[in-house]
Amino acid sequence: MIRTEELLLNVGPQHPSTHGVFRIVLKLDGEIIREATPVMGYLHRGTEKLAEQLNYTQIIPYTDRMDYVSAMTNNYVLVHAVEKMMNIEVPERAEFMRLIVMELQRVASHLVWWGTYLLDIGAMSPFLYAFRDREVIIDLFNELCGARLTYNYMRVGGVKWDAPSGWIDKVRDFIPYMRKRLKEYDKLVSGNEIFLARIKDVGKYDAQTAIAYGLSGANLRCTGVNWDLRKQEPYSLYERFDFDVPLSFNGDCYDRYTIRIEEIVQSLRILEQAVEQFPSGGETMGKVPRVIRPPAGEVYARIESPRGEIGCYIVSKGKAEPYRLKFRRPSFVNLQILPELLVGQSMTNLITILGGVDIVVGEVDC
Amino acid sequence: MSDKPEELSVQSSQNEQELSSDAKQPMAPKNIAEQTEHVVDTPQSRLEQLVEQLKHDIAEDVVDEAVINEVNGQLPTITIKKEHWLATARWFQLEEEWSCDYLRNLAGVDQGDELEVVYHLISLQTRREIAVHVKTEREQPWIPSVTPLWPTANWNEREVYDLLGIDFPGHPDLRRIMMPDDWVGHPLRKDYDPSDSEV
Repeated sequence: MIRTEELLLNVGPQHPSTHGVFRIVLKLDGEIIREATPVMGYLHRGTEKLAEQLNYTQIIPYTDRMDYVSAMTNNYVLVHAVEKMMNIEVPERAEFMRLIVMELQRVASHLVWWGTYLLDIGAMSPFLYAFRDREVIIDLFNELCGARLTYNYMRVGGVKWDAPSGWIDKVRDFIPYMRKRLKEYDKLVSGNEIFLARIKDVGKYDAQTAIAYGLSGANLRCTGVNWDLRKQEPYSLYERFDFDVPLSFNGDCYDRYTIRIEEIVQSLRILEQAVEQFPSGGETMGKVPRVIRPPAGEVYARIESPRGEIGCYIVSKGKAEPYRLKFRRPSFVNLQILPELLVGQSMTNLITILGGVDIVVGEVDC
Repeated sequence: MSDKPEELSVQSSQNEQELSSDAKQPMAPKNIAEQTEHVVDTPQSRLEQLVEQLKHDIAEDVVDEAVINEVNGQLPTITIKKEHWLATARWFQLEEEWSCDYLRNLAGVDQGDELEVVYHLISLQTRREIAVHVKTEREQPWIPSVTPLWPTANWNEREVYDLLGIDFPGHPDLRRIMMPDDWVGHPLRKDYDPSDSEV
């Protein structure tokens, strides 16, 4: 085999396919990747350090800016952790609101992934379709809390805003709309031979590797590991609803693709039931002390974000500010397997594999 | 810890009441006996059993502290001496009834006099879960790396090294991950002085 002179190639931090300011240094032998070294920290804002000077309500907007494609689930993990520590009861109506926005967020997040992934691979129009449909969800959120991306919606003990009149009906109308669109997208993309050739059997790993690397979300479930925290360690109201955890067993980019599409379908199922059972009245805030001061101790709360297990570890010394706040960010953990997957792959597969992991750099760096 | 037995007694007296109200049942006294026997298998008793096992299998002084974290869904939380941490980690990974294959979280904490790293382990098969604290002194802090056991610890340990300055002997590639390579100091330490505070 002919060996060429080794070439050092710097990808990013401003490359559009790295989804933010993420950089990776490649050692190339011809077109084959011999070594990949991720370099991160360009978006490191010291959220955890800043949080030590803020009270819990003030930290919520910071969580919006970690995984800015899925701010609602980030909001939830923080308030959920504090509620656990203080044993706060959340009213049913508030919990319903939270669940509805989290599932809408999951759909929106997967749509962004779907659109950008196909754009990475070279298909332009799916990106526009995905953003058109995501816009419907963003409009719903905007109507609810006045922000399109950084919602700052949840509070310890409930939610900030109740649903405006007619809002639940709009969510109800969105479900059949999205279902119809999904069918169209499936027709448009899922059977495309060029697309399949680029993602099938690319970036493969087995369940054991996935577990050892601590992967979560679709990155774990694509190897057949049935681990979705909504089912395994139910939080919020997920126990009340009927839904499946999509699994697949090949562990390649194609499987991750199908799982995320199927997860949109399942989220719509949850939404449909949640909208039907939505309580007609009730409070949106529980009984919360004026100053939120969790008792001394520690808690690790975790939920299933669109990207996997997002966790919040709080050490409290009984003050209004956390003594230490650590976020377990799924993008950061999931990305670790990347250098392993890239070695021996051709340069063209870099973007396919990186995109398949589904990272948000705001969350990688935090 | 101290209020634990109290809680248990409250529980068993409730059971008694329930049973005595259902007086038609002739087997009631035996049921109570079974019930109290059953109550013995509490998170606390299981934790004590674990500590005994660790003392037997690893070393007599391996566990510094063992508590049940009530607010965290009765999560057993133990503090392990750093000298024994690697052996204990391997024990949790290989011991059949635990088989902790998934390191779900790794966090460094500056506790003032000491620094500590907290590991949240779980087994995806047995679903058993545990939080492990490992403490180290402030001057020249080190804790053995668990990256050879759980590759997921790699970047997490780098992050702790970067932000808290804890050394992890045995780590394959320990260097800064979030801050620039030439950064001075470790920002998450409580005594960290941002030299450019106006920025």
